[in-house]
Amino acid sequence: RKLVAAPNSSYRVMDKPTAYKDATTYNNFYEFGTDKSDPAQYAGAMKTSPWTVAVEGEIKKPLTLDLDALRKLAPLEERIYRLRCVEGWSMVIPWIGYSLSNLIRKVEPTGNAKYIEFTTLADRKQMPGVGSPVLEWPYVEGLRLDEANHPLALLTLGMYGEVLPNQNGAPVRVVVPWKYGFKSAKSIVRIRFTKDQPRTAWNISAPREYGFYANVNPEVDHPRWSQASERRIGEDGFFTRKRKTLMFNGYSDVASLYTGMDLKKFF
Amino acid sequence: MTFMVNPTSKHIAAIKAALFLAALLPAVRLFLFALTDRLGANPIEFITRSSGDWTLYFLIFTLLVTPLRRLSKWNWLIKLRRMLGLFAFFYASLHFTTFLWFDHFFDIDEMIRDVVKRPFITVGFSAFLLLIPLAITSTNGMVRRLGGRRWQWLHRAIYVIAPLGILHFWWMKAGKHDFAQPILFGTIVALLLLSRVYWNLAQARVQKRAASPTPT
Repeated sequence: RKLVAAPNSSYRVMDKPTAYKDATTYNNFYEFGTDKSDPAQYAGAMKTSPWTVAVEGEIKKPLTLDLDALRKLAPLEERIYRLRCVEGWSMVIPWIGYSLSNLIRKVEPTGNAKYIEFTTLADRKQMPGVGSPVLEWPYVEGLRLDEANHPLALLTLGMYGEVLPNQNGAPVRVVVPWKYGFKSAKSIVRIRFTKDQPRTAWNISAPREYGFYANVNPEVDHPRWSQASERRIGEDGFFTRKRKTLMFNGYSDVASLYTGMDLKKFF
Repeated sequence: MTFMVNPTSKHIAAIKAALFLAALLPAVRLFLFALTDRLGANPIEFITRSSGDWTLYFLIFTLLVTPLRRLSKWNWLIKLRRMLGLFAFFYASLHFTTFLWFDHFFDIDEMIRDVVKRPFITVGFSAFLLLIPLAITSTNGMVRRLGGRRWQWLHRAIYVIAPLGILHFWWMKAGKHDFAQPILFGTIVALLLLSRVYWNLAQARVQKRAASPTPT
């Protein structure tokens, strides 16, 4: 269960990491149900080994990776990232993985590749929430290729010094810390490079509420609540005011990806 | 079973005491969970959800009294209605307090902006405001002061409050397309309100028949 990784000090926020118990019992993973406690309760049954990820689409070298290949693709690093959920809460998590760009480089995208699409496992037998009308299944998320190539975008295999717990997206997920949590697809079975913008699960479900970009932005409210502040799980309790949400969740060096874009329109 | 049809005042007092304790349980549970750190990773959300749920439950229980009384002929059930309504107000107050305290930290300006800007909160807040006069006029003295007819007219506000509560809940769940519960609660409230329409129509028919001269 342990996963050895060298801390990467350039990707390490100074906030206090969230308690392991909170990070593993308060999850959104609708394949297992819509309650925050459902994933911890039901994800144990998901079989995460053997596991393969098909990498396909607009690339010169399509391939299928098993877990061993994924772990050896690049040196594992530990990075401590803030995680901001679109619902208005946040955590700080020590993830283990490597920049997604390592994988992208290896498969050599063609000139047509503009986007990257992640597909989550959707197996009704192992996942009691699949089939519920809440979302279209399987869960699909996506990034623009330049976003995916940003060194912060992490292909993730572990957290807190261990392999990923099932409820946190085992055995492999992405973590995109400047975007709301739902952009970080879990339990990925397929990575596809595309010419067109992927149709993503939450955007299909409620296009007015969840945009394709979903960058953390305190100035763009969710229709039903403000995004200007957030509650840090385990810290912001009964007697403290919620903390201010930072633009791009504090990862300001991604701003150059969006030069000239109206982020109110492309929310 | 006879005491169910026609219970003595002693029985009713016992039933009321038991109901009071039972109705308090959800609040006691929250309090104990808070003391023993069992409200989960996001305790404030837990309390907000729970108090909101129990407000809806008690609104439904309150609306259930009259149809149940008509069906069962247990007229004494009416004596429980005030308590059920006041518990709806109690849980609504708890719900509103979590919103004002934990969401806005008593920043009234900010809270008002939220109420004005977001229909889902506007609706919930209106329902809460409408509950206040009902709670204030729930005493025997107030019934007397207002007179039965006016009092009854005022308290029909619950026919507006309950649907507003359902709408608030509906919009809260809307973003996630998670309509199972709002549909269930909405259907129950709709049935409870429709039963009143049906009853009033039926009664009007009876009265009309009684009033019109019958040919012999």
